[in-house]
Amino acid sequence: MTHKQLVKGNEAVVRGAILAGCRAFYGYPITPASEIAEGAARYLPQLGGTFLQAESETAAINMLYGAASAGLRSMTASSGPGMSLMQEGISYLAGAELPCVIADITRGGPGLGNLNPEQGDYFQVVKGGGHGCYRNIVLAPDSCQEMADLTALAFELADKYRNPAVILADGYIGQMMEPVAFSSEFSAVPEKNWAVKGTPQTRPNFVTSIHLEADALERHVRALESKYIAMGRDEVRYEAFHADDAEVVLVGYGIVARILKQVVTQARGLGLSVGLLRPITLFPFPSLALGALSRHASRFIAVELSTGQMVEDVRLAVEGRKPVELFSRVGGNVPTAAEVLTFVRSRVQELCHA
Amino acid sequence: MPEYRPVQERSRSFFPLFERKPDNQNATHYCPGCGHGIVHKLIARAIDDLGIQDRAILISPVGCSVFAYFYFDTGNVQVAHGRAPAVATAIKRARPDAIVISYQGDGDLAAIGTAEILHAAARDENFTTIFINNAIYGMTGGQLAPTSMVGQKSTTTPAGRSIWNEGYPLHVCEVLNTLDGPAYIERVALGDNKMILYAAKAIRAAIQAQMDRRGFSFVEVLSPCPTVWGKDPVAAQQWVRDEMTKVYPLGVIRDRDPWTHPIPVPPPPFAFPSGAPPLLAKPDEPVDYRIKVAGFGGQGVLLLGELLAEAGLQAGLSVSWLPSYGPEMRSGTSHCHVRLSSEEVDSPLVTNPNVLIALNEPSLRKFLHTVEPGGWVFFNGDAIPADCARADVRAVALPMTSLAVQTAGDAKATNMVMLGVVQQALHLLPAAAVDQAMHSLIHSERWLAIDHMALNAGSHRYQERCHV
Ligand SMILES: Cc1ncc(C[n+]2csc(CCOP(=O)(O)OP(=O)(O)O)c2C)c(N)n1
Ligand code: SF4
Repeated sequence: MTHKQLVKGNEAVVRGAILAGCRAFYGYPITPASEIAEGAARYLPQLGGTFLQAESETAAINMLYGAASAGLRSMTASSGPGMSLMQEGISYLAGAELPCVIADITRGGPGLGNLNPEQGDYFQVVKGGGHGCYRNIVLAPDSCQEMADLTALAFELADKYRNPAVILADGYIGQMMEPVAFSSEFSAVPEKNWAVKGTPQTRPNFVTSIHLEADALERHVRALESKYIAMGRDEVRYEAFHADDAEVVLVGYGIVARILKQVVTQARGLGLSVGLLRPITLFPFPSLALGALSRHASRFIAVELSTGQMVEDVRLAVEGRKPVELFSRVGGNVPTAAEVLTFVRSRVQELCHA
Repeated sequence: MPEYRPVQERSRSFFPLFERKPDNQNATHYCPGCGHGIVHKLIARAIDDLGIQDRAILISPVGCSVFAYFYFDTGNVQVAHGRAPAVATAIKRARPDAIVISYQGDGDLAAIGTAEILHAAARDENFTTIFINNAIYGMTGGQLAPTSMVGQKSTTTPAGRSIWNEGYPLHVCEVLNTLDGPAYIERVALGDNKMILYAAKAIRAAIQAQMDRRGFSFVEVLSPCPTVWGKDPVAAQQWVRDEMTKVYPLGVIRDRDPWTHPIPVPPPPFAFPSGAPPLLAKPDEPVDYRIKVAGFGGQGVLLLGELLAEAGLQAGLSVSWLPSYGPEMRSGTSHCHVRLSSEEVDSPLVTNPNVLIALNEPSLRKFLHTVEPGGWVFFNGDAIPADCARADVRAVALPMTSLAVQTAGDAKATNMVMLGVVQQALHLLPAAAVDQAMHSLIHSERWLAIDHMALNAGSHRYQERCHV
């Protein structure tokens, strides 16, 4: 690893990607993700890679389809409106079992919304906003260091499962700067024997997502499903922060998790039994970990920059054993630690009365 | 029995048996007399003749030709409706030695995929597009195409294409010919055998242009769709010859002077900057600065914050820097949150700063009330306005902009005067760490000199005026 350098989250994504062997970037500018494209434009040509600003996100995601078909590690970056446009292409990538990495640096919606951080893309990214039975691998960094590390991991997982992987980070994680240690070596990229490279060895290969006969498509969809089941078994990642013995478990990801760490520390300082479970993978979701916590915790509070998207997965994980509540801010507003703490205290008092 | 010697054999670039096809594996799925089947043969023959079967990658679109990959014994990629040019772009750039042939129908290319084809052509991507114009949507059962002719009946124009409702057909070759990008554009037709021979030549020429790295090559083929047109194959062919060619004139439309795309050369080795260990070890006494820096855009608000964070890193601390971003910057105000801590930074957001650095009055008014009791406020101005003053914070007000102009000769150095003042007041960070940060963030020697002057001026003025 290199010594720590102060870099923006978005810059950490680009460097993490290139160190992981990404050699093609196709994208369309959008705040607050544009620094990723700008970084790729600066670095990739120096490595003999390709950077191209596409005519739209629709084109960009299909360019990833091409680069992935040809066996390159490739990525794009966008935010809400661009992610909406990419959904068609993501469905095709998943259907054709093509690996790629997409960074979604979220902003406020719906429509043009605003440029401030929001977490309203959870549904379209985690639940698969395109058509058909597919899932994205979704990683949610909460620091600039994780922007680099999880981007590298996203490439590994995308190749391992031949599936799109999304870095879901909010505008704050993308725009802020923190010290980051980078890998000092470029990773080796696995040989992709299935790719279509225009060579004698790969001449028999073909990439497609169409299976006209019902039985053939069912076999294909089941095969995809078995990958998602394997991910659920092998790839779940989360961070538990004072969660094991907590009466009240907070759940949050991205910038929210950073605020919640402060809340937990302050709450513990006040003698309140509060902890945090931070999903690092949003798909696969750490349902088992939450389910286990629900055996002794009395209450769950999902904190989100949305009117309630991730909270649905928390509820599914807790399976009605304990109450699950939502505390949220939207529109680009981010809750202060004090705000959340006040809410948490009111709930702890309720528990004491009960 | 007489001996027969075949003069035409199936192309080597076709599979001997169409095994990817679930049912009848000897025949294609195209209707009798369909132009797709003919053009497939012409493409396969060109691939044979040019000796590029191992290098060829065929892109199948969405349309009746979605299963082109059943037939071509080449690399194959099937893509989304209209997006073939985007996919082809990236494949060719990933594999410059591959010969990429993108195949599209008129709905695919000229309706849903208009943007992609136009931009690939404008970029002069070095691949070949074969465009099948049958003036109808075949696969979905005969709806209007952007190339349907005026008066032409379709299931969605039962009374015929009306110029008042659907407007006029799109002339793709002519549109592409307005661009500087394309190297080769030709329109051919499958109207009779002679025309088919021309089509074969055009397809070969287009692929040859790609092989010669001449750039984007494009062949439009006016092509019969007997089934949907409701004509027998012979009548359909006649309609291509007699009617379509009137609206879509044939010929070579562009054959640009040969200039060629460069062959990529491997670049020299590349490495990211590796960074250096922090200048200083973490201090013994605990540090927890939660700083908000605010002012007008252009006052160096974000740079001042970044300097503090970088200097904090050099001083062995945990640091974070979080900017306001987006439209706020454009409307003229900007701020950032900086944390410097001997513990790991939890939240990078600073809601209640213990140090507020206000470079203008609106920022002071916006954030003064958020300062933690006992915290510090640094204000660029003669005095804290009486109507917003607070007794429970320590405030320092100095006219830093005029100081910057007087001492450093530039109002842009106001942020550095501020840094000098803050440093002198709080000894926030070791001078060596600040110096190191300035050197790594300010790249111009001239500005480094100016900023040092401003920094010193700020710390002297604080000493003179506010000795505490
Ligand atoms: C996004 C999307 N919209 C609509 C369709 C349905 N669709 C399939 S093929 C087609 C039209 C094809 O027409 P054309 O490109 O002219 O090809 P042809 O079938 O005539 O060869 C349409 C609209 C689709 N597959 N995807
Ligand atoms: S419907 Fe038309 S375009 Fe499609 S296969 Fe039949 S003849 Fe060809």
